[in-house]
Amino acid sequence: MMRHLISAADLTRDDAVLILDTAEEMARVADRPIKKLPALRGRTVVNLFFEDSTRTRISFEAAEKRLSADVINFAAKGSSVSKGESLKDTAQTLEAMGVDAVVIRHGASGAPYRLATSGWIDATVINAGDGTHQHPTQALLDAFTMRRRLVGRDTGLGQDLEGKRVTVVGDILHSRVARSNVDLLHTLGAEVTLVAPPTLVPVGVEHWPCEVSYDLDRVLPKSDAVMMLRVQRERMNAAFFPTEREYSRRYGLDGDRMAKMPEHAIVMHPGPMVRGMEITAEVADSDRCTVVEQVANGVSIRMAVLYLLLGGNEPAVTHSRTEEK
Amino acid sequence: MSKILIRGAKVLGGEPQDVLIDGSEIAEVGQGLSAEGAVVVEAEGKVLLPGLVDLHTHLREPGREDSETVLTGTRAAASGGFTSVFAMANTFPVADTAGVVEQVWRLGKESGYCDVQPIGAVTVGLEGKKLAELGAMHESAAGVTVFSDDGKCVDDAVIMRRALEYVKAFGGVVAQHAQEPRLTEGAQMNEGIVSAELGLGGWPAVAEESIIARDVLLAEHVGSRVHICHLSTAGSVEIVRWAKSRGIDVTAEVTPHHLLLTDELVRTYNPVYKVNPPLRTERDVMALREALADGTIDIVATDHAPHPHEDKDCEWGAAAMGMVGLETALSVVQHTMVDTGLLTWAGVAERMSLTPARIGQAAGHGRPVSAGEPANLTLVDPAYRGPVDPAGFASRSRNTPYEGRELPGRVTHTWLRGRATLVDGKLQ
Amino acid sequence: MDSQDSGVARPVLEGPDIARVLTRIAHEIVERAKGAEDVVLLGIPTRGVFLGQRLAAKLEEITGRKIPVGSLDITMYRDDLRMHPPRALARTDIPGDGIDGRLVVLVDDVLFSGRTIRAALDALNDIGRPRAVQLAVLVDRGHRELPIRADYVGKNLPTSLRETVKVQLAEEDGRDAVLLGAKPTAPAGER
Repeated sequence: MMRHLISAADLTRDDAVLILDTAEEMARVADRPIKKLPALRGRTVVNLFFEDSTRTRISFEAAEKRLSADVINFAAKGSSVSKGESLKDTAQTLEAMGVDAVVIRHGASGAPYRLATSGWIDATVINAGDGTHQHPTQALLDAFTMRRRLVGRDTGLGQDLEGKRVTVVGDILHSRVARSNVDLLHTLGAEVTLVAPPTLVPVGVEHWPCEVSYDLDRVLPKSDAVMMLRVQRERMNAAFFPTEREYSRRYGLDGDRMAKMPEHAIVMHPGPMVRGMEITAEVADSDRCTVVEQVANGVSIRMAVLYLLLGGNEPAVTHSRTEEK
Repeated sequence: MSKILIRGAKVLGGEPQDVLIDGSEIAEVGQGLSAEGAVVVEAEGKVLLPGLVDLHTHLREPGREDSETVLTGTRAAASGGFTSVFAMANTFPVADTAGVVEQVWRLGKESGYCDVQPIGAVTVGLEGKKLAELGAMHESAAGVTVFSDDGKCVDDAVIMRRALEYVKAFGGVVAQHAQEPRLTEGAQMNEGIVSAELGLGGWPAVAEESIIARDVLLAEHVGSRVHICHLSTAGSVEIVRWAKSRGIDVTAEVTPHHLLLTDELVRTYNPVYKVNPPLRTERDVMALREALADGTIDIVATDHAPHPHEDKDCEWGAAAMGMVGLETALSVVQHTMVDTGLLTWAGVAERMSLTPARIGQAAGHGRPVSAGEPANLTLVDPAYRGPVDPAGFASRSRNTPYEGRELPGRVTHTWLRGRATLVDGKLQ
Repeated sequence: MDSQDSGVARPVLEGPDIARVLTRIAHEIVERAKGAEDVVLLGIPTRGVFLGQRLAAKLEEITGRKIPVGSLDITMYRDDLRMHPPRALARTDIPGDGIDGRLVVLVDDVLFSGRTIRAALDALNDIGRPRAVQLAVLVDRGHRELPIRADYVGKNLPTSLRETVKVQLAEEDGRDAVLLGAKPTAPAGER
């Protein structure tokens, strides 16, 4: 049985559908006057953030609080971690405090996997983004958003994303969101196409379960969902592309390009958006853009994950790959 | 010193013979030898090799005595069957002056477990900017003949050219750590299928191969010899093979771990597999084995790189690069080369003793097992099978990638100039 | 198939019996709730939801008015939540006008220890404040572990703890029946 959520690649199709279905029930709590469920009463969850990420942190925090968990926020900045305390020491400190789960965001790829497998700590580990590796709850909330929009809220229950065509555009090389989405969407039966300049596609991508294209305009008409990734300004100086202007001309999504997408197709973005770079304001503010929905869905998905991993005496999600590694 | 009679050992893996050590030398090799009062070592089924020579060891002293000292490192060497090790220059302070190399050399003398030949830095502070006093290091008591900035690449082509030329004056050799620095910024592991999946910064093969290609051409141009440290890719093998076919004076080494381990192991994110150059693919491993067998790669060198526990008991990105190797080297070579039929024990002796001693000019080491030669010998039990237990290591560090792995062969005895440093697997 | 169902389960109520007792309960609700004007029926998943819908239909026949009916999932309020792997959640569906100030009738198939109903009362507490809460069950098999009783009972069925009671409904099981069976003796080591 899975105790941790480290990688989207660890989820089976049935696990993923169970999480999406559970999230659908969790979402209904948001409509109630009392947005609270007792599932994690008496459980202590630590949000251990070695990287700044206010959005992800408050999303997890809202999810934990709605499930009545006791929440401790631990930001590495200004703490003993920035004074040289190791991940191991931090983990053992939290263990000594009797925490039940650690939600970890870390700049080093593999840090959550290490935390879960090195024997430093007994708690359940949930990966809230590690380096350029994985961000599984982001992939789950993206899949949840797609299922709601492309299949339907109630008709989607029990369903996967079989046959849906998803295009992910932008800095694939440095993106944990892209890696997680490729893994999960493939598991859910979707067809994924990555679009990026060749400099921002990793060597070895040919072994990923997806297609790669350098031509956004050719892919757009065949997309049910187009996910735009943020391009960080610091990539500018590393010769990944000549200028910002050229990047947005070739790989940015504007109104004209959006018009090439099928009528039902949606535009997604994990946030924060760089308006004018990968996405124009016109697209970002259109009702085909699901950015705000994705934020709301993030809370429901994280509630579902927390409940399924921590709500019982053992997790409800089966496990395949991580423990074989 | 008393006499020692090694009875029934397969010398270089050949027919059983007796070997009589008298004092610091081999007195006699033959059948049915006997000697009054000699200590008899029954060696039936065991293989006798000339003492192993490691051209690439990190002893860490001075500066990182928390990971290894000359004493603990030479004990580890004796334990692994080595009688001579070359200590890399990346200490604190860097071994870039006669003073530091003499200190290391003297510590080696005092240890008594294994001869220590310091390697001098090519450039001041390993910074790749200004040649260190190579001549002074050569003329010092340490008599340095091998120079390397190992851990860092001499990436400036002009500095490399000058170093190659300059050491010709006293018959030295530059050992290059081939790593193009710009192509490996932020590199964490081999660039390929696994790095793409794990989201770890890629160390492309071309970063190694481009430097090797440049350096063999430089060596050809200035008529110098060059030694390439720890080859790790199939492409590097091709370049060295081409250079040798052209008559370029190049020698190359491979580490035991690159003969066995692949980047698939990085999927565990366990930093015990983090090493520079990184573990590569199965295809590279096979090419390296083949090249070691056919002589394209001249020698095995351990790149023994001790690190304290805390530098490995952490997340991958924060971990130090390197693995200890002295105490497992021969077992890994037996496993990958001898037991696979790629190499005979005589071939092992050549690649782990004779040739490294010749490249590094280690006097008295890498000699034939015959009368009148210095009694630097290693006795191996090739039939032994057992899991690697780091708790039993003589090294101060435990960062081995082989913990719990079953490997064949065990060094039971090591003699340094007739003095037993290891008897029945126990350090003396 | 659940091994408890196999063996020697015998029907104690058949389809027509179930229809009849639901009709009776509907009449009782109308009578006790004085016309059932502010009644909201909340079924407890899985089979309580179908019973709730059937009761609502009967109440509508009797009163000629639309009766609000929904479902109340109690999974996360169970007192044995930590004793099993997390269960998949069922739907909580509160009718549009909510439950504040109304008479909520909880509907379930079998009343046994009373723990499910306690959980349901907790769940209701997070949703609103009804005027009153009543309980309707198809079968009361006794063995209460909490001070809870039903207001409307389809059939009182005295049982021993060695017996099982299984309700089948057409919506879920393809037929209507209440089955009384013997609990299979667990092999040594499974207890």
